[in-house]
Amino acid sequence: MSLSALDLAFGHPGRTIGRGVTLDVAPGRVLALLGPNGGGKTTLMKTLLGLLPAHGGRVALDGRPIVTVPVNERARLVGYVPQAHAGAFAFTALEMVVMGRTARSGLLGRPSARDREVAASMLRQLGIGHLADRPYTMISGGERQLVFMARALAQEPRYVVLDEPTASLDFGNQGLVMRQIASLARDGLGVFFTTHDPNQALRYADDVALLSQGTLAALGAPASLLHERTLGELYGVGVETVEAPDGRRAFLPG
Amino acid sequence: MMRGGFGRGLAVAVAVLLGGVALAFTLGRFPVSAADVASILWSRLTGRPSGMPGNVEAVVLSVRGPRVVAAILTGSALAAAGAAFQGLFRNPLVSPDILGASSGAALGAVIGIYFSLGIFGIQSLAFVGGLIAVAAVYTLGSALRAGDTTLALVLTGVVLGSLLGAGVGLVKYLADPYNQLPAMTFWLLGSLSGTDASDLLPLLGPVLAGTIVLLALRWKLNVMSLPDDEAQALGVATGPVRLAVVAAATLVTAASVAAAGVIGWVGLVVPHLARFLVGPDFGRLLPTAAILGGGYLLVIDTLARTLAPVEIPLGILTAVVGTPFFIWLLASSRRSWS
Repeated sequence: MSLSALDLAFGHPGRTIGRGVTLDVAPGRVLALLGPNGGGKTTLMKTLLGLLPAHGGRVALDGRPIVTVPVNERARLVGYVPQAHAGAFAFTALEMVVMGRTARSGLLGRPSARDREVAASMLRQLGIGHLADRPYTMISGGERQLVFMARALAQEPRYVVLDEPTASLDFGNQGLVMRQIASLARDGLGVFFTTHDPNQALRYADDVALLSQGTLAALGAPASLLHERTLGELYGVGVETVEAPDGRRAFLPG
Repeated sequence: MMRGGFGRGLAVAVAVLLGGVALAFTLGRFPVSAADVASILWSRLTGRPSGMPGNVEAVVLSVRGPRVVAAILTGSALAAAGAAFQGLFRNPLVSPDILGASSGAALGAVIGIYFSLGIFGIQSLAFVGGLIAVAAVYTLGSALRAGDTTLALVLTGVVLGSLLGAGVGLVKYLADPYNQLPAMTFWLLGSLSGTDASDLLPLLGPVLAGTIVLLALRWKLNVMSLPDDEAQALGVATGPVRLAVVAAATLVTAASVAAAGVIGWVGLVVPHLARFLVGPDFGRLLPTAAILGGGYLLVIDTLARTLAPVEIPLGILTAVVGTPFFIWLLASSRRSWS
């Protein structure tokens, strides 16, 4: 059982931007996708979600080609956490999370009392139960990111895919969100996230994939894979390593 | 921002509707007391004679009755379609004619008047014109840009809508200025005067069918108001749902424009009022908007025929009421739309 890409070519309609990607998101593990801007991270992620058609190879969801899995069934297996955005309408945080129940609420998607309970409990699980009745347009970016995570959890999925979950967050919120991501895997979910920050991959991921110009430059354990040379090649700049006495490392750009 | 419960919001909408019905039946050049209206309607339901003078009965049942029903249906239809389109296009400034339903219907109607067709012919052409216009916009818009369907649809709607507007202008230019042009102008400004019982059936069928579809899809509309990727990842097949919403909203809009002419603002203002009452969740918003829209247009129509010695066209009144409301809305809700 896994969400996997096999010799995958991906891109937008009419333009292939990457090929030869093989990776595997397994339950209970965290896979970080690292790469420079414009390297195809988002496109690869959307192809993995089945939102864009594969240009070659295939994406498999628990062994089945994802194109053969109906969208509502996909939504019961894979939760998607987009980058925090302010939508057009001021739904409350709870209403937003209840939408995560759509694929489990029957033909019309009418939420039941139980759906509301599940949604409320997901908000509490992420420590934002007090935001339930606040319009999600009027909470902070970090809180909004957590609301989207709660919505993905309300889908009760096996896998969660996150698009740069800390991109617009301040320092404290980055830590908050990343700790929650790590705890999802401890609860048995397969987690895939894209990031700009090698330190996040180093600290929170079981595996890291380096995406450079549409192909996987490397895939493996962060501790052995991430060092000055690989990161320097990936981003095309010098990288400095800071090492703590206990052996833990962090990278500084430039 | 105030946001009441669903029960209270719905109660306000129902109260507006019932108040509108009471006003519409009693006010006018021939005032009828509320008690007389009630006993006439009651006798009609039970089949017993009301004991009222025949002319009072005629005013209530034949003159005002059909007009009340038409106003409710038209107002509900435009408000429900407006709310649905605002969700679908993720934009609270969208109104039901965004995809050209009104401009298509307007062109159909003025062509009908130009060829001196009867009222049935004019209304049929208007209805079909609205449907064809939206079908063209939808086909063209989806074919043009595979990626961002909503934006492509809106832009195509704007472009084709202005072409249809030019068509209306051309027909008006060619029309007989003494007989046809006043009729066209009057029709384009919207009115329910002269509505009789035979007008109700062609309005009722499409409005009921379309509104039922929109109400059934109202929970999915919540998800449709999110970016397309997210809606799909939440398990909604966005393509088919979008097509169903557009078809249903177009059906009700084209039918109301065919029956009452072009009435702007209702589909834009009423969803906002409803959102103010019950919040943005379409599960609660759509029924509230539909009920409130019926009451709103009923009140406007009553004003239209009682304010001045001659009837004021509905489109003018809705604009006079709608513009200040909208400016207030822009000023007061800077951060969110609820």
